[in-house]
Amino acid sequence: MSNLFPKSANKLPLQIIILVFVLGGLVTAGTTYYATNSYINVGYAPVQPVPFSHALHAGQLGIDCRYCHVGVDKSATSSVPAAQTCMNCHNQVKTDSPLLQVVRDSYASGDPVPWVKIHQAPDYVYFNHSVHIARGVSCVECHGKINEMDVVHQAKSLSMGFCLECHREPEKFVRDPKLVTNLDWKHPEGVEGQLRDGKKFVHDWNIKPPQSCSGCHR
Amino acid sequence: MRYVYLTVFFIVVLAVSILGFRGSLSTRTPLEIFPDMDHQAKYKPQAESKFFADGRVDRPRPAGTVAFGRMSDAADANFLKADPALFEGKDAKGSWIKGYPSAITVDAKFLERGQEKYTIYCAPCHGAVGDGNGITKQYGMGATPTYHDERLRNIAEGDLFNTITHGKGNMLSYAEKLAAQDRWAVIAYVRALQRAAHATVADVPAEHKSQLGIK
Ligand code: HEC
Ligand code: HEC
Ligand code: HEC
Ligand code: HEC
Ligand code: HEC
Ligand code: HEC
Repeated sequence: MSNLFPKSANKLPLQIIILVFVLGGLVTAGTTYYATNSYINVGYAPVQPVPFSHALHAGQLGIDCRYCHVGVDKSATSSVPAAQTCMNCHNQVKTDSPLLQVVRDSYASGDPVPWVKIHQAPDYVYFNHSVHIARGVSCVECHGKINEMDVVHQAKSLSMGFCLECHREPEKFVRDPKLVTNLDWKHPEGVEGQLRDGKKFVHDWNIKPPQSCSGCHR
Repeated sequence: MRYVYLTVFFIVVLAVSILGFRGSLSTRTPLEIFPDMDHQAKYKPQAESKFFADGRVDRPRPAGTVAFGRMSDAADANFLKADPALFEGKDAKGSWIKGYPSAITVDAKFLERGQEKYTIYCAPCHGAVGDGNGITKQYGMGATPTYHDERLRNIAEGDLFNTITHGKGNMLSYAEKLAAQDRWAVIAYVRALQRAAHATVADVPAEHKSQLGIK
C-alpha cells in the first residue's frame, strides 16, 4: 500500500497550482494583448479603390484637412469627400492618370467612390467630431500623423479607456482651435507650456468632457 | 513537469509568431470578438444601405428641393432661400449686386471668418495673398488668375458670389463647402486682399505709421 504513489507525488498539488497560475497569467496577458483594440484595430490599412496619399495632399501640398473633410467642424461625422472635391484640381492636374479613373467615373456618373471605412466607432457609442474640434482637440490625438501617411491606417486604439484618458485630463491635450488641423504642432514650451495653456482653456471655456456612461452611450 | 512547461513555451512562441505584435499594418478587416451591438439597425452618414437600389444611405437631393439641417448654419436655416441677394448675389431685377446683401454686416469678426475660410478653400490655388500663385501652380494648374487685375478689382460682389457658388471655367463650385454667409465672408476677405495689394502710404492709419517707420 505504501508504494502506490511515488514520493515526488507529494509536490504535485503545489506544482499543479503553480501551473494553473502560470497558465491563467498567460491567458490573461494574451487576451489583454491580443483581444483589445490596440491589437485588433490599430494598424488597419485597407486597400483603397484609389491610391490617395495624405502625405502628398495634406503633407506636401499642405491642403487643410477641412478642404476635403468638410463637415468635421460642423457635424458629428467627418465626411469623406465626393469626387467633385478631387476634380477641383484633377480636372487640370494628372487629368489622364489611370490611378484616377475611378474618381473620373464617379464624377461623371454620380455614384460614390467605394472608399473603405477605417476608423469605426461601434453603433452603441455616441461620437461627435465638431465638439472636439471646437474645443481644440486636434485630429492628431485620435488619428495620428495622417499628414505623413501614404495609406491611412488606424493609429490609436479608440477604445473606451483611450477616450477616458483624455476626458479625465483634457488640459494635457486641448489647444487653440485655430491649430487643430496643424498635426505637427507641439506647444513651443513643451509639456509645461501645454499644461499651463491647457488649464487656462479648460477654465475659460468651462470644458467638461463627459465621464458618465450616458455621455457616450446614449 | 518539465515537458508541460516546454509545451506551454512552445505554444506561446507559436502564438506570438502567428499573431505578431501590436500596431503592425494589415489590410485585413478587423476581427470583432463580441459584435453584440456594434451594428445596429440604423443609418449612419455615408454608410451602405441594402434598401435603396443605389446602395447609398445619403440620399441625393430630389429636384426642386433645398437641403436642410446638417451642413447649414443656424443663420442659413432660412431654407426657402427667399432672399435673392443673399443666396444668389442678384438684386430684384436679376443683375449682380454691388456691395453686400442687407443680411450681412461686414466687421472685423466677419473678415476673420473670411480669412479662415479663404485659407482653407481658396489659398491652395489662388495663393495666400490672392496673386494666383498657390501651391498647385507648381504642379501645372496655370489657369488660376490673380485677383489684382483691373477686371476683378472692379467686378460686382454678386458676380464673385456667383463664381464661388457655381464655379467658372476650370474652377468648380464651392457651394457644398461654404454656406452662403461664408461665401460672403470670403468675398469680403478677397476685397481686403485686393485693397492691400494696391495700398499706398495714405491707407496706413496714422497710429501705425510710426510702427512701420514711415512718416
Ligand atoms: C485632398 C483631400 C483630402 C485632404 C486634404 C485630407 N483628406 Fe483625409 N481623406 C481623404 C479621402 C479621399 C479619404 C478616404 C480614403 C482613404 O482613407 O485614404 C480620407 C480618409 C481619411 C481618414 C480615414 C477615414 C476612415 O475611413 O476612417 C482620416 C482619419 C483622415 N482622412 C484624416 C485627415 C486629416 C487629419 C487631414 C488633414 C491633415 C486630412 N484627412 C486631409 C481626403 C483628404
Ligand atoms: C488642391 C489640389 C488637389 C486636390 C483637391 C486633389 N489633388 Fe490629387 N494631386 C494633386 C497634385 C498637385 C498631385 C501631384 C501631381 C504630381 O505629382 O505632379 C496629385 C496627385 C494625385 C494622385 C497621383 C496621381 C499619379 O498619377 O501619380 C492621386 C491618385 C490623387 N492625386 C488622388 C486624389 C484624390 C482621390 C483626390 C480627392 C479626394 C485628390 N487627389 C484631390 C492635387 C490635388
Ligand atoms: C476625439 C477623437 C477624434 C478627433 C479629435 C478627430 N477624430 Fe476623426 N474619428 C474619430 C472616431 C472615433 C471616428 C469613427 C467615427 C465613427 O465610426 O462613427 C472618426 C472618423 C473619422 C473619419 C471617417 C468618417 C467618419 O466620420 O466616420 C474621418 C474622415 C475623420 N475622422 C477625420 C478627422 C479629421 C480631419 C479630424 C481633425 C479635424 C478628426 N477626424 C478629429 C475620432 C476623432
Ligand atoms: C484628446 C482629448 C479627447 C479625446 C481623445 C476624446 N475626447 Fe471627447 N471630448 C473632449 C473634449 C475637450 C470635449 C469637450 C467638452 C466640453 O466642451 O465641455 C469632449 C466632449 C465629448 C462628448 C460630449 C459631446 C456633447 O455633445 O456633449 C462626447 C460624447 C465625447 N467627447 C465622446 C468621446 C469619445 C467616444 C471618444 C473616444 C473615441 C472621445 N470623446 C475622445 C476631449 C477628448
Ligand atoms: C468617453 C466616452 C465613454 C464613456 C464616458 C463611457 N464609455 Fe463605454 N465605451 C466607449 C467606447 C468608445 C467604447 C467602444 C470601445 C471599442 O471600440 O471597443 C465603449 C465600450 C463599452 C463597453 C464594451 C462593450 C463591448 O462589447 O465591448 C461597455 C460594457 C461600456 N462601454 C460600458 C460603459 C459604462 C458602464 C460606462 C460608465 C461607467 C461607460 N461605458 C462610459 C466610450 C465611453
Ligand atoms: C482648385 C483650384 C482653385 C480653388 C481651390 C479656387 N479656385 Fe478660383 N479659380 C481657379 C481657376 C483655375 C480659375 C480660372 C477659371 C477660368 O477662367 O477658367 C479661377 C477663377 C476664379 C475667379 C475669377 C472668376 C472670373 O470672373 O474670371 C475668382 C473670383 C475666383 N476664382 C475665386 C475663388 C474663391 C473665392 C475661391 C475659394 C472659395 C477659389 N476661387 C478657389 C482655381 C481655383
